[in-house]
Amino acid sequence: MASLVGSRVERKEDKRFLTGKGRYTSDINLVNQTHAVFVRSPHARAKIKKLDISKASKASGVVSILTGNEIAEDKIGGLIAGWAIRSEDGTEMKCPANPPLAKDNVNFVGDPIAIVIADSLDEAKVAAEMVKVDYKVLKAVTGTADAMKGDAIHDGINKNLCFDWLLGDRQKVKEAFDKADKVISIDIINNRLVPNAMEPRACVADYNSGSDEITLYTTSQNPHLSRLIMSAFGNVAPEHKLRVVAPDVGGGFGSKINVYNEDIVCSWAAKKINRAIKWVAERSESFLTDIHGRDHVTHAELAVTNDGKFLGFKNETIANLGAYARVFGTVTPTYLFGPCATGVYDIPAAYSNVKAVFTNTAPVDAYRGAGRPEATYTIERLVEKTAMELGIDRTEIRKKNFPSSFPFKQTLVHTVDSGDYVAGLDKAKQMADYDGFQARKKDSESRGKLRGIGVTSYFEACGIAPSAAVMSLGCGVGLWESAEVRFNPTGQVTVYTGSHSHGQSHQTTFAQIAADELGVPMENIDIVHGDTDKGTFGMGTYGSRSLTVGGIAIVKACNKIVEKGKRVAAKMLEASPDEVDFKDGEFIVAKSNKKKTIGEVAFALYLPGSRDSEFKSPLPEGEEPGLKETSFFDPANFSFPAGSHIAEVEIDPDTGEVKLEKYTACDDFGRIVNPMIVEGQVHGGLAQGIGQALYENAEYDETGQLMTGSYMDYTMPRADNFPEFNIGYTCTHATTNPLGVKGCGEAGAIAAPPTVMNAVIDALGGQEITMPATAEKVWKACKSMKKSNAKAA
Amino acid sequence: MTEITLDVNGKKVTKTVPDNTLLSTFLRDHLNLTGTHVGCDTSQCGACVVHVDGESLKSCTTLAADIADSKVTTIEGLASNGKMHPMQEAFKKMHGLQCGFCTPGMVMSAIDLLNKNKDPSDKEIRDWLEGNICRCTGYQNIVAAVKEASSKM
Repeated sequence: MASLVGSRVERKEDKRFLTGKGRYTSDINLVNQTHAVFVRSPHARAKIKKLDISKASKASGVVSILTGNEIAEDKIGGLIAGWAIRSEDGTEMKCPANPPLAKDNVNFVGDPIAIVIADSLDEAKVAAEMVKVDYKVLKAVTGTADAMKGDAIHDGINKNLCFDWLLGDRQKVKEAFDKADKVISIDIINNRLVPNAMEPRACVADYNSGSDEITLYTTSQNPHLSRLIMSAFGNVAPEHKLRVVAPDVGGGFGSKINVYNEDIVCSWAAKKINRAIKWVAERSESFLTDIHGRDHVTHAELAVTNDGKFLGFKNETIANLGAYARVFGTVTPTYLFGPCATGVYDIPAAYSNVKAVFTNTAPVDAYRGAGRPEATYTIERLVEKTAMELGIDRTEIRKKNFPSSFPFKQTLVHTVDSGDYVAGLDKAKQMADYDGFQARKKDSESRGKLRGIGVTSYFEACGIAPSAAVMSLGCGVGLWESAEVRFNPTGQVTVYTGSHSHGQSHQTTFAQIAADELGVPMENIDIVHGDTDKGTFGMGTYGSRSLTVGGIAIVKACNKIVEKGKRVAAKMLEASPDEVDFKDGEFIVAKSNKKKTIGEVAFALYLPGSRDSEFKSPLPEGEEPGLKETSFFDPANFSFPAGSHIAEVEIDPDTGEVKLEKYTACDDFGRIVNPMIVEGQVHGGLAQGIGQALYENAEYDETGQLMTGSYMDYTMPRADNFPEFNIGYTCTHATTNPLGVKGCGEAGAIAAPPTVMNAVIDALGGQEITMPATAEKVWKACKSMKKSNAKAA
Repeated sequence: MTEITLDVNGKKVTKTVPDNTLLSTFLRDHLNLTGTHVGCDTSQCGACVVHVDGESLKSCTTLAADIADSKVTTIEGLASNGKMHPMQEAFKKMHGLQCGFCTPGMVMSAIDLLNKNKDPSDKEIRDWLEGNICRCTGYQNIVAAVKEASSKM
């Protein structure tokens, strides 16, 4: 039987989505349901002096209006930070309470204050307008760079500083810098982004007073984790009385990892009013209240020799957490960022120092790549600048500092198990016709245009798991993953995974894996996820972990099935288990033609009755009936995808318009399960990364109003913004899992911003500009370039 | 309240709805045709695109009353006798979708393009789809799907 792993298999989930039969949270309507609208703060920072719901409560159709007072009375807990980070001076991080409904203070525009529940959505909207809130407006703190100088926005948190964290050795770095021929420094702003999954967040909460059970349908990337947090920290209901279902989810990109205020409030309120409640975010609510991404201000320095050898690296970053620290809020700018800031280079001395600050803006948390795009942007902009200043080819200086062998003990934390960075960069150069660039540049210049080329070599630590590692870094839970493989008596298989697909194609790739392991046709395998009542507890999908952790749990559970099958087949075939081989779905006694299919063994294990003969159990002594196995996989290490990307841009100096002419990505994801799906993941990641470089920016004014709160103002990349991407691979297998897989979901978003910006800045003759490289900024840079050229002449 | 009659996916339907009912609400909430999605509130994202009298239209900014007595086709109405429309087949074959949320609008919009231009270039496809936002695919395989469909339709 040909292996399905590695094949371009069409997706099992597609027909449902293509015929309108997908079932997203907002498609769910329950009998006798009510509709909720949240009253939100229009101010970035204010005290709530008075909240008057008397008039609104009497409005037509209103069922109930609940506020922060009732939440507090019922001791419903707030939202939490999932990782505890310790400052350089040994003190623990400081985080404010984040109640699901604000009672006394509001800290960002969109902070929810009350839930208005009515028979219809229109009635809820009208009543919400009638809720009167008397605010004492306070001066907001919004900017990242100056946040420590502003008023303290949370009681007891000086300088708005959550933590001041250090990774690395300052003394060793100082020594390295003392020895250097040159120090190249750079100042970087990593612009704030809005994840913008196309499905706005939504939830439908139901309560059954007979069984005292709450069911929450919600747009989540990790329903089990949501249930755990809502139960253990939110106090909403014990886990066994709370079912969380994340049905079809329309994209996440990290924004749907968090439990949100609305999940907790609707679940709690549904029990209070003893009716189902439906809430669907409007896009403007998504902009205001979904977690945002990035938002760093960084100063970095690289100590080098004149011939381009890297000696030391400093990274001083201020990371904006927004108003509150959420689940991955504190780990994103620390352990997901700091270790990767030295990039793919063997730099003997390095440190990352991160000051995380609170501001009166939406919470910032994990967005596709989470920390690694910020790290890669920092080092790759700095390396490009260094190459330019030293007059060394940008690819040669990179090669000169790549690790000489693998495993590669990276300076700060990670030991990278496998890779071949030179092969990746060489292949990318060849794919991009790097050597032909000068001719293309001349051609552009002959048409009055500027042309630039940019390179990035990146690695990332993903497959977010090793429990021992993440817990030693401050994570509140171990990040293993579960799988359960169940055979039906008639031979079909259901695989329950603790990870969750919101576009990643698990129904297909996981079925490919199980089909190979079990020798069962793919069409007879169903993948089930997203319902705490169905599968075993699992950790969900983020950090490119589904395949590298969840997929391996499936392999392990299948292995257990085969082991049990061998023992039973041996008994059925009157052989000993060590004489039985398993191949292509058949148990075969060595050197004989005696065999049983896995379907026959499964059938026998469910002990079908027979009237014709004396019952002879197929089970060996002590073997339990049934065929179902569970595995919890906890890998030995992160996985480390890597690659090199090359971009070429052409700039019209008269308009400042940047045209991305070519984009080449050559990635090493280890073994590829489904090339079609991997291509799709790369394309999507690139679009988000290029979006950050050229188009997207979440901007607050000084009063904390989000200036880019709709698709009219926030530039979402469209089809006509991109060239056709040129995608290729090199392959070194991961050594830390049996499939050799590394993860591919975040690579594009990690590598693309520096690749594109390096090209833009190359075209601008080395003039630094910030992301996004809008026409206005580029046009201004072109003007000053003309001036300085004129001066030089 | 207004009584509105429409031909939706070949079936005549009459409903009495509030005057301000949007076509997207009419389809989703009154006819339970939840394949048409709403992804924004400014008529930008295109997840809500349906066909009205054969032309693509954003149903989230169309009053149902405004198109009374028209012929509406939604994503649910494309397949015939259990066989998917060539555009649906092409999206599947070329992996033109991931999370599936923007997909109904994308497919409806792309069909309208091919109705008007049987063999569009890549650039024409990308320009046409300017009114449909996808956050998952980077558009490349959507463009490939439309090209694939153009060879089959």
